[in-house]
Amino acid sequence: MRVALFLTCVNDTLYPETGRAVVKLLTRLGVEVDFPMAQTCCGQAHYNTGYRHEAEPLARHFSDVFEEYEAIVTPSGSCGAMVRELYPRMGERARAEGRGEALAATLAPVVPKTYELTEFLVDVLAVTDVGAYYPHTVTYHPTCHGLRGLGLGDRPRRLLQAVGGLELVELPGADECCGFGGTFALKNPDVSAAMGADKVRNAESTGAQVLCAADNSCLMHIGGTMTRLRTGMRPVHIAEILASTEREPAR
Amino acid sequence: MSGTFVGMPAFPEAAREAVADPTLRGNLRHATHTIRAKRAAAVAEMSDWVELREAGRRIKDHTLRRLDRYLVQLEEAVTAAGGTVHWAADADEANRIVTRLVKETGESEVVKVKSMATQEIGLNEALEAEGIRAYETDLAELIVQLGRDRPSHILVPAIHRNRGEIRDIFRAEMGEWGRPAPEGLTDTPAELAEAARLHLREKFLRAKVGISGANFMVAETGTLVVVESEGNGRMCLTLPETLISVVGIEKIVPTWRDLEVFLQTLPRSSTAERMNPYTSTWTGTRDGDAGEGDGPRTFHLVLLDNGRTDTLADEVGRQALRCIRCSACLNVCPVYERAGGHAYGSVYPGPIGAILSPQLRGTGSEIDASLPYASSLCGACYEVCPVAIDIPEVLVHLRERVVEGGLVTREGNKVVLKPARGHAAERAAMRAARWAFSRPGALRAGQRLASRTRALHPRTLPGPGRAWSAARDLPAVPAEPFRDWWQRTNGGTTEEGTAK
Repeated sequence: MRVALFLTCVNDTLYPETGRAVVKLLTRLGVEVDFPMAQTCCGQAHYNTGYRHEAEPLARHFSDVFEEYEAIVTPSGSCGAMVRELYPRMGERARAEGRGEALAATLAPVVPKTYELTEFLVDVLAVTDVGAYYPHTVTYHPTCHGLRGLGLGDRPRRLLQAVGGLELVELPGADECCGFGGTFALKNPDVSAAMGADKVRNAESTGAQVLCAADNSCLMHIGGTMTRLRTGMRPVHIAEILASTEREPAR
Repeated sequence: MSGTFVGMPAFPEAAREAVADPTLRGNLRHATHTIRAKRAAAVAEMSDWVELREAGRRIKDHTLRRLDRYLVQLEEAVTAAGGTVHWAADADEANRIVTRLVKETGESEVVKVKSMATQEIGLNEALEAEGIRAYETDLAELIVQLGRDRPSHILVPAIHRNRGEIRDIFRAEMGEWGRPAPEGLTDTPAELAEAARLHLREKFLRAKVGISGANFMVAETGTLVVVESEGNGRMCLTLPETLISVVGIEKIVPTWRDLEVFLQTLPRSSTAERMNPYTSTWTGTRDGDAGEGDGPRTFHLVLLDNGRTDTLADEVGRQALRCIRCSACLNVCPVYERAGGHAYGSVYPGPIGAILSPQLRGTGSEIDASLPYASSLCGACYEVCPVAIDIPEVLVHLRERVVEGGLVTREGNKVVLKPARGHAAERAAMRAARWAFSRPGALRAGQRLASRTRALHPRTLPGPGRAWSAARDLPAVPAEPFRDWWQRTNGGTTEEGTAK
């Protein structure tokens, strides 16, 4: 199966190790991974900040780049939700504005074949034990757009539970937002920071060494709060845990 | 916190104070988490919750699409039952009508059932200006009124107060308004409730005029419905000679059968009760009922628009009018939990307030233009909403209205809004990002520049970036972006090596 990795602009620029982990993991599972070099950004930050019309060219560009692939896999719940939930809505809004079917028709092909990483593993590849080894105590934070947007459910936790050496501990208040929220973190910094501090305190209370999530933008906020509060915990993307093996352990 | 909401600062500034107040944070955290858990349990008991939620959504959408018809049907039914219907286009008109009606009775005091609509129009203040004293009789509204405070929650308006604060307010203020608090009042809930009961009882027995809102109006019979937990509302609805109800036009349901859906979803969503304790319904006047039974001899219904028709004209935003004021969205909202209700600058706080206020009042003021951003778009509100209002969708839609402007309906007229001020830098940044993201080469050049200069990056950011680095460390920029690694190693198939 030939799939395209939609890494997202944030991961490409700031978290290349997450991208390398996805490639390593999927290759190990027999998937042929391509990284279309023309990919950029899904337009989520534009859309969610109120710049839907600025997001449209980015959505069209996304469709141009990824349309030819059988499946599009992304290690980001929120960017996955952008394509799956909000691209159809962008098409509807364009129609309602009297701009016809063009945008909806352009975006339609990529919508059903875009998968968040854990969805792709569990639903498409039908694996939960990916042969990973990660001898650490981990707590899992389900990010909002993955949890409530994509409905990832217990997929990430099932994958983590099957990892060798990994002790999974429950995060109190797991389904509460960490306070990132894209531009919310900048527009409402006090509330965002308070939410982040509460999330980190809950994570600390578990005694885990690692807080794991399936979205690096949330982890950027949580991790930045962790180091500022000098907790000693680390944020790690789930792809890096699932890519880690006994022979080639994660750092 | 006192007075009205006019001239509120934008949400982020208003929230800052609340975030830094440990007592308030503790009160809100305790209250919202308790009710959140109870609601979840009450809803989980229902095997047909999904169907009830969908039925509620459909009934409301159906009614809103035919509101003109149902309003006329309601008016006819209320009139036939002996009531008088008044139409108020805005808050001023509604206040003028109610003030005139109270004056016509010759009374100078009224008792009030807890009502969002009368708070929305500032009725108490309008009555006071005309020498009429309005007594709030809902326990929490009494606490707010005695404390010269503002409500901070739709259902539990004194949620920001703890027991000790309530005791202090009762001791200091009850005597000003009527029967003083008993000697040696403590902060035990039973004693506080008894103090309120004694204080209010004399008001109920004396009052000749009651003022209420309504949770629902049944068009087929002209029946109004108030759903409450204390029984104080029923006192106001049954004892006074004259009853004046101020109700938003969106509160209609076509039939009693439709009401049945909401009498299941509203109590479980709001107070986590299986069945609502006091559900009062009345149709017109006692005389209309052949002189039998309880209730007022004179009944006036003031139908309030105050921005609702304009909201109805917006095809994305109109779903906010489905709201049945249950407060489930407030209780699950992580932003509300930290910012508190006052920061929203409206009687409608929390997620529903963030989409209602900027539609009912427009996005012209600083606070109203900031409300659509008072959310991390986490979606918890949409998940719990018993009428499936997609609050994040409307928030994003209203953000668009703020930054792009465009066509809106104001007082029934189509007008073109200008983009709000203060977004010029953001707009330029968004355009620049769109430009770069439309050109992979430009993105790559930017990434490389960031990687190669990474030793020079500051630990904290200047300008708008300070909002990030004041509370959070910045991520370290890697030696090379992923796409360079991919190209250099041929997709990870050749020797890894290290970045140049």
